[in-house]
Amino acid sequence: MLGRRQKREKWILLAPALAVLALITLIPLANTLWLSFTDTRISALPEPVHFIGLENYVYALTDPDFQDALFRTLYFTIVSVGLEGVLGVAVAVLLNQEFRGRTLLRALIILPWAVPTIVNAVAWRLIYHPDYGALNSLLFQLGIISDYRSWIGDPATAMNMVVLADVWKNFPLVAYVALAALQTVPEDLSKAAAIEGAGPWKRFCSITLPWIAGPLMVVMVLRTIEAFRVFDIIYVMTGGGPADSTKTASFYVYQEYFNYLRSGSGASYAVLVAGISAVLIVFYYSATKRQTAGGAA
Amino acid sequence: MNTFGKMILGSAFATLAMSTTALADTTLNALFMSQAAYSEEDIESMTAKFEEANPGVTVALEFVPYEALHDKIIAAAGAGDDGYDVVLFDVIWPAEFATRGFLQDVTDRIPADYTDKVFDGAWTTVEYDGKRYGMPWILDTKYLFYNTEMLEEAGISAPPKTWTELAEQARQIKDKGIVEYPLVWSWSQSEAMICDFTTLTAAYDGAFFKDGEPAFTTGGAKDAVTFMKATLDEGLTNPSSREYFEEDVRRVFSNGEAAFALNWTYMNALANDPEESKVAGKVKVAPAPGVKGKSTASSVNGSMGLGIPANSPHADEAWAYISFLTQQNVQDDYAKLSLPIWKASYSEPKVMEGQEDLIAAAKESIAVMYPRPLVPSYTEVSDILQKNIHQVLLGQASVDEALDAAANRVKRIR
Amino acid sequence: MKRSLVQSILLYGCALLLAAFTAGPLLWLAVMSISAPTDLTEVPLHWIPSQVDFSRYANLLSLEGGNGERFLMALRNSLLTAGGATAAALLLAIPAAYAFSRRQASIVLLFAFLATIMMPPITYVLPLYSTFSSLGLLNHTVTLIIVYTAMLLPFATWLMKANIDVLPVEVEQAAFMEGAGTAYTIRQVVLPLALPAIAATAMLSFLVAWDEFFYALIFTNDLSAKTLPVAIADFSAGRVTDYGVIASVGVLATLPPAILAIAFQKFIVSGLVAGSVKG
Repeated sequence: MLGRRQKREKWILLAPALAVLALITLIPLANTLWLSFTDTRISALPEPVHFIGLENYVYALTDPDFQDALFRTLYFTIVSVGLEGVLGVAVAVLLNQEFRGRTLLRALIILPWAVPTIVNAVAWRLIYHPDYGALNSLLFQLGIISDYRSWIGDPATAMNMVVLADVWKNFPLVAYVALAALQTVPEDLSKAAAIEGAGPWKRFCSITLPWIAGPLMVVMVLRTIEAFRVFDIIYVMTGGGPADSTKTASFYVYQEYFNYLRSGSGASYAVLVAGISAVLIVFYYSATKRQTAGGAA
Repeated sequence: MNTFGKMILGSAFATLAMSTTALADTTLNALFMSQAAYSEEDIESMTAKFEEANPGVTVALEFVPYEALHDKIIAAAGAGDDGYDVVLFDVIWPAEFATRGFLQDVTDRIPADYTDKVFDGAWTTVEYDGKRYGMPWILDTKYLFYNTEMLEEAGISAPPKTWTELAEQARQIKDKGIVEYPLVWSWSQSEAMICDFTTLTAAYDGAFFKDGEPAFTTGGAKDAVTFMKATLDEGLTNPSSREYFEEDVRRVFSNGEAAFALNWTYMNALANDPEESKVAGKVKVAPAPGVKGKSTASSVNGSMGLGIPANSPHADEAWAYISFLTQQNVQDDYAKLSLPIWKASYSEPKVMEGQEDLIAAAKESIAVMYPRPLVPSYTEVSDILQKNIHQVLLGQASVDEALDAAANRVKRIR
Repeated sequence: MKRSLVQSILLYGCALLLAAFTAGPLLWLAVMSISAPTDLTEVPLHWIPSQVDFSRYANLLSLEGGNGERFLMALRNSLLTAGGATAAALLLAIPAAYAFSRRQASIVLLFAFLATIMMPPITYVLPLYSTFSSLGLLNHTVTLIIVYTAMLLPFATWLMKANIDVLPVEVEQAAFMEGAGTAYTIRQVVLPLALPAIAATAMLSFLVAWDEFFYALIFTNDLSAKTLPVAIADFSAGRVTDYGVIASVGVLATLPPAILAIAFQKFIVSGLVAGSVKG
């Protein structure tokens, strides 16, 4: 169908974007891939560079600390994005009901999303402060805790506290998308199911959820990519501590490059992070495809 | 796209135009940190004096958080002419910077008679393998600050001379209900904790490495960690110390919530400033204590130096600026937040005025300044120690387990 | 449908809970920013400030003091950077999206686009630093604009593609029949129809750029280019004993994106959803 002119046009249309991406990210990306097979170090002196095959990858994957960091990152990603999804959909269902103050509440919940990550991290760090933080004070005054306690200084809670801060900032986006998707669910579908005797929960699972799964996927993919390479909020809130309990894979990449100056080894860490992220995305994509297909059938 | 492209090109040309007109005069790019030691105002005022004395040279100052200082130096190392001309660097970096060629060797620029006039501890800040990579500038170590009112109330007449005495005094203060946690430290998982750990290791006569092998699993280093953990277990140390940095230590101490604190020089002026502190006038400073039979005082070398990055095209002007900032009369004029590197300064009336006890403590502390491991992979060694010692402090591992794990991990460094 | 009393209580209970969870931290940030410093170190806290103190805002919004200059310059830089990068990203993403949607550009290429943002951004910092320094472009707003444009492009392209996919092809075909060129058709036919999608993409992009911290930290050196997140890190790292200053900077840094978000909330929703129904 496409004429030759249109084929050429395709490349003209793509050219500007490709040029910028090639210069800024694709070439460095290819270079990073190459580096990950070498023992390159950051240095101002001419140092010999050797091709060392998979050695960096073997080292990374047999490093128990990096394995821990990967699991921590997975935990962070699954729990934050999962909670954002569940909370987002629940909030959307709530805001889809009619009640007084709904318009106000709808405007209100978008605000956390507008808070810059750094501000979010600094604000929650103050809230979690062991002596002067609002969380301790609030729980103490409500009688829920009898003594002030440590939140981001305690390895048992630190990661979950970071997750809470992340969920607070990011659930609104999911909620907004889910809400808009909910408004497109055809009412007669739901009514028909009700006549067949399906309860509200069953109707939600078999009709509403599949219907909004597609739109949700776009935002969940975005969130997953962002969550899996989480860095800024950790850098500001905990610096990876206490006792490494919030040190994520991206933080490891950062350390390999900037603190230990091993760009070859750092590159291999980075490629692993990107690879796992890609697997997650493909998994999502196919799961959603199945979900929407199942719903339509 | 067209307008966008023009924008990029336009800006590139603008930059070119600017750099050609700037050739007549020299602009030095200098990198400093925004915490501790000299304040930004101090550095700006010193720099203004330098510019006045050196027409044609202007200095563009940049202040970054300490945590970003290393990153910015590394990033700029590959920047050609566009990087920094003067950088502030920490005592723990010269080994790494020297082996990677990031800093210029300035051994020959330093006048020979300086060697005796400046403290040995200051020189170790800038030396690696017999060469000097800059001038020492901030001569700093951690001192013991104490609240005189609380000590008096507990019937204690003199500050502790040993760490055992310190624990004993803290116990008395706690038992009398004067303050819940008499001790506060910066024991977050960070370099700040390693500084306290080093101070204690020095007191217990320990060592980090012997013949290139980790030696911190036994002896003084092990005693140091054991002591840290014991003060936590006994409730003498504020448990929040495990998430504190130096500024938190200052805040807690200045709020009158601790009797003793270990912190850098800069806290002396600020804890005695009524605008910053509720305990102003009740704060005294002493050298960090020693251990009976092993040491009389202890201290960590927390100094910083000024160096010239290898790629700076203005090395001579940069050296003039460094020489100016580090010369004795300039340092003597700004001796409230950071003490001079010059031996003679410590008998200068204008340095001593109003901080006699600090100067007395400094004379003792500087003599025993103990370095953190002088190895090129220091940052990684430190990260490993931080994690494992933090696990001890958090009760996740025993002292032996943690230090053995750290030693094994250190051996695995490539 | 009429609700029972129990249902009503449940509904309003949930709504209240949601409002408290969302607004709580924001309100506290605002309260901190106007409380006296001593109020903020009370144990336990007094939630109502003993005296209302707007001096920090006055300080931050005046060019006189050092803090004010630092903040206002950073605000200007952030607006320029985020605004410029958003505009540039859209300018490049729309034709690319059209190529993917209507000119059968390979989906593999689109995934290659997306792969570039899955990489931890740290990996790009050093190579980009040396590139820009050899061009003499460090510490320039335009540098950050270029980098952010590349960062925003993949997702913007994907979102725009998904949105163009669901637009009716017939209108475009009619335009082509009448002899219109592709550029003309995109401008006159596709853009007006895709306006909500463009607004949503712009909003998302703007926020990502407004948020970015690490590149800005490494690539900028002084007031002429430092963005708000870097300024905030500086404010909270320096010798600040007063949490209120950090809180007031936080409040002010949140305002521009918050205003945009509320103003464009309708578009955000329809843009994100209309496009993604077909994924």
